[in-house]
Amino acid sequence: MVQLKINGKPTQLDVDPNTPLLWAVREQTGLTGTKFGCGIAMCGACTMHVDGEPVRSCSTFIGDVEGSEVTTIEGIAQPDGTLHAVQEAWIKHQVPQCGYCQSGQIMSAVALLRDTPNPTDDDIDAAMSGNVCRCGMYDRIRAAIKTAANMPKAVGG
Amino acid sequence: MTDAVETKSQTKTKVKKEKKKGRWTRRGFIGAGLIAGGALVVGVAIRPGDRTDELEKHVAGEDEHLLAAWVKISEDNRITAIIPHGEMGQGIHTALSAMLAEEMDADWDALDIMEAPAEKDYANFPLVREFVMGGKSAPGIVSDTLNGAFLGLAKTMDMQITGGSTSVRFTGVSAMQTAGAAARELIVKAASETWDVPISALRTEKSYVYHDSSNRSAPYGEFAVAASSMSPNLQPKLKARKEYQLMGTSLPRVDIPSKVDGTAQFGIDAQVEGMKTATVMASPVHGEVVSTIDKSAAEATPGVLSVHNLGNFVGVVAEGYWPAKMGLDALDVTFTNSASDSVSQESLFAQYAEALDSGKRKTMHKGGNVVKGAEGAAKVIEAEYSVPFLAHACMEPMNATAWVRDGKADIWCGTQNPLGTRAAVAKALEMELEDVTLHTAFMGGGFGRRAIPDYVLQAASLSKVSGHPIKLIWSREETTRQDHYRPAVLGRFKAAVDDDGMPLTWESVFNHEGEPKEASDIIYGISNKKVEVVDSPSHTRLGPWRSVDHTQHGYFTESFIEELAHAAGKDGYEYRRALLAGKPRFLKTLDAAAKLGKWGEALPAGQARGISIVESFMTICAQVVTVDVTGGAPKVLHVACAADPGFAVNPDGFEAQMQSGIIYGLCAALHGEISLEDGAVIQSNFHDYEILRMNEAPKIDTVILTSDARLGGGGEPGTPPIAPALANAVFNATGQRIRSLPMRDLGLGAGS
Repeated sequence: MVQLKINGKPTQLDVDPNTPLLWAVREQTGLTGTKFGCGIAMCGACTMHVDGEPVRSCSTFIGDVEGSEVTTIEGIAQPDGTLHAVQEAWIKHQVPQCGYCQSGQIMSAVALLRDTPNPTDDDIDAAMSGNVCRCGMYDRIRAAIKTAANMPKAVGG
Repeated sequence: MTDAVETKSQTKTKVKKEKKKGRWTRRGFIGAGLIAGGALVVGVAIRPGDRTDELEKHVAGEDEHLLAAWVKISEDNRITAIIPHGEMGQGIHTALSAMLAEEMDADWDALDIMEAPAEKDYANFPLVREFVMGGKSAPGIVSDTLNGAFLGLAKTMDMQITGGSTSVRFTGVSAMQTAGAAARELIVKAASETWDVPISALRTEKSYVYHDSSNRSAPYGEFAVAASSMSPNLQPKLKARKEYQLMGTSLPRVDIPSKVDGTAQFGIDAQVEGMKTATVMASPVHGEVVSTIDKSAAEATPGVLSVHNLGNFVGVVAEGYWPAKMGLDALDVTFTNSASDSVSQESLFAQYAEALDSGKRKTMHKGGNVVKGAEGAAKVIEAEYSVPFLAHACMEPMNATAWVRDGKADIWCGTQNPLGTRAAVAKALEMELEDVTLHTAFMGGGFGRRAIPDYVLQAASLSKVSGHPIKLIWSREETTRQDHYRPAVLGRFKAAVDDDGMPLTWESVFNHEGEPKEASDIIYGISNKKVEVVDSPSHTRLGPWRSVDHTQHGYFTESFIEELAHAAGKDGYEYRRALLAGKPRFLKTLDAAAKLGKWGEALPAGQARGISIVESFMTICAQVVTVDVTGGAPKVLHVACAADPGFAVNPDGFEAQMQSGIIYGLCAALHGEISLEDGAVIQSNFHDYEILRMNEAPKIDTVILTSDARLGGGGEPGTPPIAPALANAVFNATGQRIRSLPMRDLGLGAGS
């Protein structure tokens, strides 16, 4: 039994501690917004926050995050449903195509903007190059991050 | 138009057979009117035969009347567009709905959208008709998917394909717009009779009919019943472009909100009561089968429920993906041997070269006489180019969920080919089509890969043998190694040029005849040409890959024309202009790209531009790439893209497709290679099959040109021009001609 908080909610998961966080969350909690892409931390589709830091959940064992605060894509909007500034910017710039990588992209962008509220292009390259977008929407991701940075309500998620 | 003539001859046989109220017309058949279960239904079907009664049971809910194969309306005025194509990010649900709503004057903000069920009634008749009767040729995805056996309407019954950049071009125009216009005319006619006023005194707006002089208005839904007894106009008048209010505007995509909050449902997100998870492995050498298997270690893995040898693959069923993967990793399995085991990348290209040397040639395109044309030539120029296999690398690994029980099967998956998938499952399980139900989901990338249902058949097999509902998830490694690859091609080119360096002849020969046929043709005015193909098969599975054969041939042709320009001492842009004289759409597109890309303006040392132009899927696309080679490897700084699709239904969506197509093609040019060793694919995951990332992504500017041409595609035409434009830019920066992709092994040193 592994205990942790997921999106603020205390959760107990009856899983082998050597199960990757990704599969424990997707298969045990019904939160399927986080995606499986490569399984070797090369694509970023599985990005979640553990105690505020973006991690590749496909390569993080659930046993290693016991007691941590885990945030998934489902947990970054306000409880009343108000979207995070990054999500708003993503819609404004019509960023997603297939959309499969976007949960991971958004989680990386949220962490970037929390640590670097006004990122340069180099900051964006450094923070976002671990997230692959096969539909190639990099131009729009970059623009949306800059838009989100200029939104007044850009708060950490 | 030539298709009108051919359509007419088709009309007679169709009408006789189907004893229907309408007939084939240039825009297709429209029929309407029937009563089902006490509910009044109006139907408008763009296909040979009015089948609204059959359609209604699949899509209409209570109190809803099917207004067309492509639209239904409820009495409370809720209008639903029914889209027969899968959403994989190309925005097709939005674009096609807008085409329907435009002609129908439906309220966009209140419009509902549903994906059509995988029923024969939603097979792509507009698509079929386009290539049988009107269009230039079949999109490659069609023939590749059906193994080329598509010529003849009888064999098209299982086609419901999203690919070949066809959705807007064929379904949009032939079905959605026509259905929308016909539906609007019916409603207006019914209103005219109900209110006893002339049709000309009525106008429509946002799903309402207005009679201004009596100050009356009513929602469309009020007339659905009355309209059902009327015969529809077989050729409804479509709007002129200047009347458009929705088409041509950048409507926000309807699928995007769910893709930013984690609620979008992809195939991999399917949940079925009692479901177990499986993962599989097929022979790394395609075509070989299981030889020996020792299940003991796999079966002893915690969480594993069962291990299955299904001949051409092995599968492990478990309580979740992770135990299934652990079980598969522990499984001791060997596969049979065959002559394919000795194939390597080198031996494969040697085989292609031998075929080009001495294989039987088939003529693809011919004009004039290349022998006579070359007489008196100042020079003959030759070059050889090659490109490797490529994987699609969809972000969502292949997956499908199947539940086979009691002689029936339910399937949940993302697919570019719902009806074909359903038919394939029925055949594999020896069931009737009616016993297989397909539940479609968003696709995490398609690019041609998800037109082929191999992964779905595996899920169905595993469900059948295990007795559980099975969610099958392929690992990234399996997804990479069991793809159906973009064909590897070797091409040889030869041109005789005159004293001025202009081509008198153009000859080429290459291996692999794919689709579409025009991909290997040239757009340039060269009067003597001969384009030939040889057959040189390998055991590696092939499939349609974004833009199909245009990526290989676009790269070859646009590189070789640049070589001719260079040999003539001429600028690549001006040389192309001279050879495109009399083709105003091409010239305009090329000029627009040159302008946007600042062709001819000075650049810092170590930077250069390259240009190319390719027509594919009836869209002309020209690109100017600016590259920097000062760091050694080429870094793409900027891409200027000009495209003429005739008209862009959703300009922002079209621009997104250009951006996407460019990055996809750039990734292939810089990194993409699937290669073979001992008959098996070497690459396995994103560490050795690299995907272009943020730090490599150039700024892309796009200009969309409008012309009076028929609508061209959007999903694919951005891809073919980028590799040659980049290769030409690298040549202009370094003097090094790139004749083989990918270009990662250039060995460009700083300052070279």
